[in-house]
Amino acid sequence: MSDQEKKKPNRRDFIVTATTAAGAVGVGAVVWPLVDQMNPDASVKALASTEVDISAVEPGQSITVLWRGKPVFIKRRTQDEIDSARAVDLSELKHPEKDEDRAKNPEWLVMLGVCTHLGCVPLTDKGDYGAWFCPCHGSHYDTSGRIRKGPAPTNMEVPKYEFVNSNTIKIG
Amino acid sequence: MSDHEYTPKSRVGKWFNDRLPLLTLANHLTDYPTPKNLNYWWTFGGILTFCLITQIITGIVLGMHYVAHADLAFQSVEHIMRDVNYGWLIRYVHANGASMFFLAVYIHIFRSLYYGSYKSPREVIWIIGMLIYFLMMATAFMGYVLPWGQMSFWGATVITNLFSAIPLVGESITNWLWGGYSVDNPTLTRFFSLHYLFPFLILGLVVLHIWALHVPGNNNPIGIDIKKPSKDTVPFHPYIVIKDAFALLIFLLIFAFFVFFSPNILGHADNYIEANPLVTPAHIVPEWYLLPFYAILRSVPDKLLGVIAMFAAIFVLVILPWLDTSKVRSTVFRPIYKQFYWFLVADVLILGYVGAMPAEGIYLLIARVATAYYFAHFLLILPFLGFKEKTTPLPLSITEPILGGSPDMAMARDNSNYKEKL
Repeated sequence: MSDQEKKKPNRRDFIVTATTAAGAVGVGAVVWPLVDQMNPDASVKALASTEVDISAVEPGQSITVLWRGKPVFIKRRTQDEIDSARAVDLSELKHPEKDEDRAKNPEWLVMLGVCTHLGCVPLTDKGDYGAWFCPCHGSHYDTSGRIRKGPAPTNMEVPKYEFVNSNTIKIG
Repeated sequence: MSDHEYTPKSRVGKWFNDRLPLLTLANHLTDYPTPKNLNYWWTFGGILTFCLITQIITGIVLGMHYVAHADLAFQSVEHIMRDVNYGWLIRYVHANGASMFFLAVYIHIFRSLYYGSYKSPREVIWIIGMLIYFLMMATAFMGYVLPWGQMSFWGATVITNLFSAIPLVGESITNWLWGGYSVDNPTLTRFFSLHYLFPFLILGLVVLHIWALHVPGNNNPIGIDIKKPSKDTVPFHPYIVIKDAFALLIFLLIFAFFVFFSPNILGHADNYIEANPLVTPAHIVPEWYLLPFYAILRSVPDKLLGVIAMFAAIFVLVILPWLDTSKVRSTVFRPIYKQFYWFLVADVLILGYVGAMPAEGIYLLIARVATAYYFAHFLLILPFLGFKEKTTPLPLSITEPILGGSPDMAMARDNSNYKEKL
């Protein structure tokens, strides 16, 4: 084949390109359902919110509830704990977040009880900051659930929640 | 491949072989010329094949009684242990079989490292072997999740969370892996499905591994190219078959010791507690065969870099044939590499040890030094050593040094009388 002939697309080139393109779309259309079937299904998504009765929680106490298969810590903080969380200078933090933004109602801290390193459940009232400590790989969190020491990259996540009334929190 | 044409003796055999040359293949495998100096470190290929078949057979049987559901899996494993006839035996063989499989594969890999079996022309065998090793780890990890004990659950949580370190798409990927927002029933059922599938992928790769091996033929303890067939070779059957069979029997003694006398020593007591998403066990450790990689993961203080380091630790093995610049295969003739080889063995054992310890204080420090050394071995020492090291002269064939006396390595090394020939 000479160079000139090579450059000029003919009908066969068109057919090959069109067939390949149609084939690629077809393969994509078949593969996508096979991939997407692994994503969270409708029944999992349906369990998106949960209501928790917090009337029995005393100051200093913490309860753990299950939401979307994950533990959620609901801690009623003492004044000392609130003060120490609010006194921290943001420049000291690996993931700077104000305690005021994490706990809208300063007495109640609601967050996912999942270490942001590799997903273990941290222990309550443990660690260098007297708050949470993850035993798996040694991450220390403060009384606002912010990462202070160890391999975890970010603070423990605050989920979307609201106070339905003074005794009930709706998570999700 | 043996060059000679093979014709079956019987007419039926000839008729069949003309249509599907299975008998030619069988003849190739029995007559296959093998270096006559293969030592017992070469018997682990056969042992590994045995391990794979054992895992597949016991696994299929366990699958007949196991129920892959978050509410029933733990009970069904206890049901296998207590109610199913010989269920305890089959499960203990399967669980300890995984450990035996890894024991054998580590010996097999370190044999390759010692005798340079990964070097040209055997790079493809090595890479297929590494793929098998990677699939073995994935299979073992998913299998460990199936009993749905505390270690199953939290091991699965930690390992799947490795993917959350990926920037931007990490969370979507973990949710996709889990089929939810945490490790739960959808995770268990897909792990069961894949745990059933992967051994057959491994089996396919094993066929390719052996096929790729039979193109250049076996490496050997002195690592020189040999003529095939020649005085340097013996037919695979009966010589290697009987040697492999004897080694397998010894291996089975160790296997049986674990199964019958100490079936739980390689596991964790926590895995006899049913999975509880609200409580993480105080001390999470993976199975022993993953500990060195776990130590590397934990030795890096940054989450993403830790995950990268862990995968890189496997990847450097894949590209090893191009990292080792020395043309001499066998460590027998590499006096300096020999020392580094044993440093590496010690380094990996140390990583395994600190991987089982809490990641703090002195253990963390040791893990960091050992991790740095691990990468230095492959990325700095090996490429450099190939240019600098003065290797001792290679013998011309396997037979010549042995004809001078005993088949001792020292004989091969002390080849002063061949120096003039070189």
